Amino acid sequence: MAEAHDFRVVGTRPVRPDGADKVTGRAQYGADMNLPNMIYGKVLRSPHAHALIKSIDASKALAMDGVYAVITGDDFPTVGGGALGGEGGGSMDGLAQNIMARGKVRYHGHAVAAVAAKSLSVADAALAAIEVEYEKLEVVLDVLKAMEPDAVLIDENCFTSGLPEKPEKPSNVAGVMTLARGDLDEGFAQADVIIENEHVLPMAHQGYIEPHACTASVNEEGFATVWASSQGHFELRGQVATLTGKGISQVKFVPLEIGGGFGGKTKVYLEPLAVMLSEKSGRPVKMMMTREEVFRATGPTSGTVARVKVGAKNDGTITAAQLWLAMEAGGFSGAPHMPAAMAVFAPYDLENFKVETFDVLVNKPAVAAYRAPGAPQSMHAMEVALNELAITLNMDPIDLRMKNAADEGTQAPYGPKFPVIGFKQCLEAAKKHPNYTKPVPEGAGRGVAAGFWFNIGQQSSAEVHINDDGTVQVVEGSPDIGGSRASMCIMAAETLGVPYEAVRTIIGDTESTGFCNVTGGSRTTFATGLAVVRACEDVIASCKARAAATWGVDEDQVEWQDGQAVPAPGVNADVKPLKLADLAAKAHKTGGPIMGKASLNAQGAGASFAVNIVDLGIDRDTGKVDVLSYTAIQDAGIAIHPSYVEGQYQGGAVQGIGWALNEEYIFNADGVMENAGFLDYRIPVASDLPMIDTQIIEVPNPSHPFGVRGVGETGIVAPLAACTNAARDALGFLVRDLPLSPPRVLAAIDQQGA
Amino acid sequence: MSKLHVETSINGEAVEFLCEPQQSLLEVLREELDRTGTKEGCGTGDCGACSVLMDGRLVCSCLVLAAETSGHEITTIEGIAQGDGLHPIQQAYLDNAALQCGICTPGLVVATKALLDKNPNPDEETIRYWIAGNLCRCTGYDKIVRAIQDAAGRLAHPA
Repeated sequence: MAEAHDFRVVGTRPVRPDGADKVTGRAQYGADMNLPNMIYGKVLRSPHAHALIKSIDASKALAMDGVYAVITGDDFPTVGGGALGGEGGGSMDGLAQNIMARGKVRYHGHAVAAVAAKSLSVADAALAAIEVEYEKLEVVLDVLKAMEPDAVLIDENCFTSGLPEKPEKPSNVAGVMTLARGDLDEGFAQADVIIENEHVLPMAHQGYIEPHACTASVNEEGFATVWASSQGHFELRGQVATLTGKGISQVKFVPLEIGGGFGGKTKVYLEPLAVMLSEKSGRPVKMMMTREEVFRATGPTSGTVARVKVGAKNDGTITAAQLWLAMEAGGFSGAPHMPAAMAVFAPYDLENFKVETFDVLVNKPAVAAYRAPGAPQSMHAMEVALNELAITLNMDPIDLRMKNAADEGTQAPYGPKFPVIGFKQCLEAAKKHPNYTKPVPEGAGRGVAAGFWFNIGQQSSAEVHINDDGTVQVVEGSPDIGGSRASMCIMAAETLGVPYEAVRTIIGDTESTGFCNVTGGSRTTFATGLAVVRACEDVIASCKARAAATWGVDEDQVEWQDGQAVPAPGVNADVKPLKLADLAAKAHKTGGPIMGKASLNAQGAGASFAVNIVDLGIDRDTGKVDVLSYTAIQDAGIAIHPSYVEGQYQGGAVQGIGWALNEEYIFNADGVMENAGFLDYRIPVASDLPMIDTQIIEVPNPSHPFGVRGVGETGIVAPLAACTNAARDALGFLVRDLPLSPPRVLAAIDQQGA
Repeated sequence: MSKLHVETSINGEAVEFLCEPQQSLLEVLREELDRTGTKEGCGTGDCGACSVLMDGRLVCSCLVLAAETSGHEITTIEGIAQGDGLHPIQQAYLDNAALQCGICTPGLVVATKALLDKNPNPDEETIRYWIAGNLCRCTGYDKIVRAIQDAAGRLAHPA
């Protein structure tokens, strides 16, 4: 299905241009930049989850041989509020306090001070020599207790936003979002069947394999250069500038290759510290987190408590739906409560609904964006409720969803009417898929669930330069996390009419290309791709003008076909077509080098829907759950490079499987994470899994020249509920909470048998 | 702290270096010898991003003390391609789109080499258990398993 269209390059599967460097170890990632005269920075982290910092004495550390600088919160400027960009929530003020505590620590692992020293071992010794006096405070870990009126306050200046009026008293509830339509009571009154559930999901981490790392060098004029991996060096440059009190033009951010992000690398942790340490020491400073630091002190996603209620008529028509969702923000506001609310009912055409979601401070790490932020948690509740509804009504779960499915023209719960979308096509494909029509293996269970993500547009820039041999250089500013350079090359080759091999794409640093928002929101292939296509069209316009001048005809008498300028039909010109290479070779005679550029704020991002099918086997003696088969069906719009689209579906599915079956932050009563390593925070390994079957549905997005929707995030949404529903089918009863780890499943089996 | 003098072999080349007693092979490769192709994902032997071969045996270089390499032969990702182009394993990873971010790829390529040196024709289950020590968060392993199967075929039947 994916490859049945008329494009020449779009839809093919060439080798990615950055591939050779990544299979040979040449590619430079965040921790790979070593500079002459470089020293190492390390962070001192709080041993308490909630405490006041009474004093910090770094004199002994500073007196050590080989220690060049120590910084604390006092070294950083105070910054105002202001929302952070990207898909994460939160404020710049919260980010400032998160990267380095100011008088108070809000979670175990919160940064308290940092040192720069000649070696990692000296830096470690210096950290041990810093004396910090704390006054411990009561730790708030439970999200429901944190919401109680008399709860211990984590931030005395936290007043709930999203209410009609600012509340009189501060609380741990940083924000509320409410969405409603119709008459909820009337809707439930019309229902023949009502399902109600409560689900508790723990914090989970993105688990990118590359820990955060950077190198910074500040010169004698205060100009800072930062080399780091991130999901968006322009936005992180802005964060570094604000947090260190510099102007944007005083910071240059050079993007290194990024070893996974999934939303977690859309904000800074180490970069401003490295800049401050470099400024103080006069030396380049490299900082690298350990895996333990990544777990304890970077942003996972919110643990949640969800209360869901769905009513339907006997024919399956949903009459009302309601979700109440408390989301842990961690120590600073920024839980994805808004997208969680906006996504939960998006696949369905509902007359009556109400959603209330809460961004709640607790003494845990401050959350960051994680792939489709908030949607996996909220949609888990809805998609499990729909499965219960299907069982109660004795309906096929796909038929039940089809009966209520959103389509073109449906008013989305978050406001606008959907343009053309592919949810029904995904449902139809799932119903026919051999992995759905085959019998469920003996003793196993099958689950189905839907997924959704909005996708975003935002700002991108691109330039396209034509070398004098006719080859093409694309320059853009969106970090390539999963093969996007290849997609840019494909779209440029398609637009210009040249072979894929003639195009190279580079990711420019903040001084060599125009602004691009983060690689997030599944926007890069859509929005930066759009900028690349527009820049190529700019090249074509220039080429047509040059051909017209060469031939002595008007510009509108020239057309661009198959990579060359040709006379328009009916134009009486006895000329040979001019290829891009011909025009490039003569560019010096026709106005100088050929280039095109585009900058835009992309409109019309296309929502991507999915349906997943999973078969789970459950060992009733141990509670171990095995994935027997998995099928991810999702609308891509048009797949530019189908292999990397499949890769997004497979990777999203497996991240969701990990979240569903094993992954969780386990805290002790003091708020200390007890499993801060890959041995105990167990992400899926190859032997846990079967092949992940994919089916690319193509319902083109009319707002993109090739129909791209964006595919990066939707894939993680459906697996949570799909696995819960499959376990329900296998066990014969519902295990509401995640993960479905052996202890939880075994306890549920024992309880059911008792 | 006095440093240790170590003589070893890396990718067939005699190498000597000074290291602190507690420094891992990984840290010395990356921070002292500029062999940054070997990656650190955890530092505790759980992720396999730092996989290297020591006398042909697959090890996590974060769990090997640098001083322990004295007199042994180390092969890193930089030693897999043989100068006349990519190794068939590397080409198979590229052709099968078996990497997304690529941070786990050097370790997986080294682990694949160790597997296929030992077992030229592994079945899917063998492959999955062999690379169970190499975490990949991007791909879901599907395309990696296929790349390894493809690489086995290429090595058995060179073009």
